[in-house]
Amino acid sequence: MSAPVTTAVDEARAATALRRKDLLGIADLAPDEIALVLDTAEAMKEVGERPIKKVPALRGKTVVNLFFEPSTRTRTSFEIAEKRLSADTLNIAVASSSVVKGETLADTALNLEAMHPDTIVLRHSSSGACHLLSRICRSAIINAGDGMHEHPTQALLDAFTIRERKKRLAGLKVAIVGDLLHSRVLRSNIHLLTKMGSDVWVCGPPTLIPADIARFGVRATSRIDEAVADADVIMLLRVQLERMEGAFFPSLREYFNVFGMTEARLRLAHPDVIIMHPGPMNRGVEIASEVADGPYSVILEQVANGVAVRMAVLYLLSGGAGDEAAA
Amino acid sequence: MKRLLKGGRVVDPVNGIDGVQDVLIDGDRIARVGRDLPADGAEIVELRPELVVCPGFIDMHVHLREPGQEHKETVATGAAAAVAGGFTAVACMPNTSPVNDNANVTAYILGKAAEAGLARVYPIGAVSRGSKGELMADIAELRQAGCVAITDDGRPVSTALLLRRAMEYAGMFGMPVIEHCEDPSLKGDAVAHEGYQAAALGLRGMPGACEALGVERGVLLSELTGSAFHVAHMSARASLRAVRKGKEAGIAVTCEVAPHHFTLTDEALAAPVAYDTNTKMNPPLREAADRDAMLAGIADGTVDVIATDHAPHHYDEKQVEFDRAPFGIIGLETAVSLSLDRLVHAGRIRLPRLVELLSVNPARILRLPGGPLAAGAPADLTVLAPELKVRVEAAAMRSRSKNTPFDGWELRGGVAATIVGGRTLYVNSAVAGLKL
Repeated sequence: MSAPVTTAVDEARAATALRRKDLLGIADLAPDEIALVLDTAEAMKEVGERPIKKVPALRGKTVVNLFFEPSTRTRTSFEIAEKRLSADTLNIAVASSSVVKGETLADTALNLEAMHPDTIVLRHSSSGACHLLSRICRSAIINAGDGMHEHPTQALLDAFTIRERKKRLAGLKVAIVGDLLHSRVLRSNIHLLTKMGSDVWVCGPPTLIPADIARFGVRATSRIDEAVADADVIMLLRVQLERMEGAFFPSLREYFNVFGMTEARLRLAHPDVIIMHPGPMNRGVEIASEVADGPYSVILEQVANGVAVRMAVLYLLSGGAGDEAAA
Repeated sequence: MKRLLKGGRVVDPVNGIDGVQDVLIDGDRIARVGRDLPADGAEIVELRPELVVCPGFIDMHVHLREPGQEHKETVATGAAAAVAGGFTAVACMPNTSPVNDNANVTAYILGKAAEAGLARVYPIGAVSRGSKGELMADIAELRQAGCVAITDDGRPVSTALLLRRAMEYAGMFGMPVIEHCEDPSLKGDAVAHEGYQAAALGLRGMPGACEALGVERGVLLSELTGSAFHVAHMSARASLRAVRKGKEAGIAVTCEVAPHHFTLTDEALAAPVAYDTNTKMNPPLREAADRDAMLAGIADGTVDVIATDHAPHHYDEKQVEFDRAPFGIIGLETAVSLSLDRLVHAGRIRLPRLVELLSVNPARILRLPGGPLAAGAPADLTVLAPELKVRVEAAAMRSRSKNTPFDGWELRGGVAATIVGGRTLYVNSAVAGLKL
């Protein structure tokens, strides 16, 4: 793990492209690369505010959105980002039970490769699925969420949203609360925020805290009051209802009582706190509706920023600098 | 026909031999071991003094996949891999298809082994019919057909009651029960060791306690029944502690460790190749404290045996998502080099101890011929070249499968030759001037 680098943004001014073929995870990125994505996303956001929301940066490029898990938000966000960059896009949604059909992921990918796409955006329920593709494909692979591993563009859009509101990442207290164990959003956010110098606290029931969490450079607690005290940012993680109740904690009611983000708990945080959630939300489980809909919530800003950040990633992986795209 | 191996260093810990001696082979038997033996009409084979002549190595934990999964390995290809890896004998696990839970399957395996005429093959029978954990297999019949132990390897024996009964029943023949130690509820659908690496990679983890619970159960039942209990592929430090305590209490427990568990840690899952499915096995690669405990147990005598858990899988079965890949790696052709490099050259043990781990103890536990180089014993010999520089090349291996995480590794020490029943079945062409 890299130590927090406070001068990352300055370093980024010099960088003009991501030094890699793929975006598999935040763990691989240097702070200057993260800052470059965030800076580029600012220009991309401006594109989205124009009357004609389109630039020719990826004209003639083919992007395949290969989704093995149901997703509305992430897939739509990628697709809009691709279209605003003038890429030719196609969506392939494969039922997660595709194992039954007998074709392996490697074969699916190699068949797609035979048609020469430039980029494959992959969402898959197995951690490391994009690493497998990265090894066998020439196309750029963008990880749109792999199992419980990483969801790098989510962390980048979260960071973009925080930076837009707080003007910095370094030194902020960020509390992440919820199902830590199964969350790829958590892992990407931890890597990003610790690299950028934030003070990261994670909170959840002990049954949902990953082993050896301290080695990630975060503070872990099961006392939510401690986690949110004076927090600049509170990020709630989705509790996966279908497999949680009775196994990892006794009941949703009890979960909400112990870990739910309520207005009362919000008052422990910094007065300018922002509330974030990667979606989809379970109202009344990890977050009270009053908080989700309240003045501190930036949840819909996250969604809006997702498009700009994904435009930046697509653009930078395709070669980036020298194009007039963001001009 | 007689052959006299002259000038090599003979290491025979049972007879307290460690020095330059001659070994006289008469047909398929050892005739004599001693200093400056007369040729007496025998063909003389000159060995350089840096070569080490040992009683034949026995790998008591391999999967030969036949019958049923011949695309991964056959008895013949597995036996070829064994002799190329310095093993004169292997004991093969019963999780074939069909399961080796009756005399017909045992006889089939032994027939294939005789046809191959390479390493000796000792089948291990199932504890329960179909290894389903319900009804006991016909253990006496398996014994009579040639099985040397019983196990439901691949999974633990389903209940403490069945394990107890199997120990009691097999104890009648002095057959050990070999156990894949694991608490299934604690394992769940885990695919890696529970720790930082699994957390960072987003893989479901099983803690060392998952294995140690199975070890504790077996040790307690071994105490209850008085029967021999052998812990397969031990990987967790808590398991080692349980074995050590059992031994101190005089309980008939023994254990084996695989080379990958004394060499690698779970960091291999992340680098050099992230999510390399050749780092996925069960039990999983564990954290450094566990790996170091295995090394300590090997050095202090708690660990009885080095066994490979040789588990061949076809390459396209491994070229899948990590959580969907089958568990297991091949080990027959890397075990000796890893042992010499990581144990002997690293100064943790000396050669006589290595011979105990690879020959004497597996022979004792399974009650096989072999172990000491006694006059009249089968002429099964492993000749080592401890200073040989070895570069592991998966593509060149004899095994039908190539699923090893050690491809490209450079190791110090290797096998010079393998002699089974007086017949030289493997000679390493990289060892200069070796004519056997």
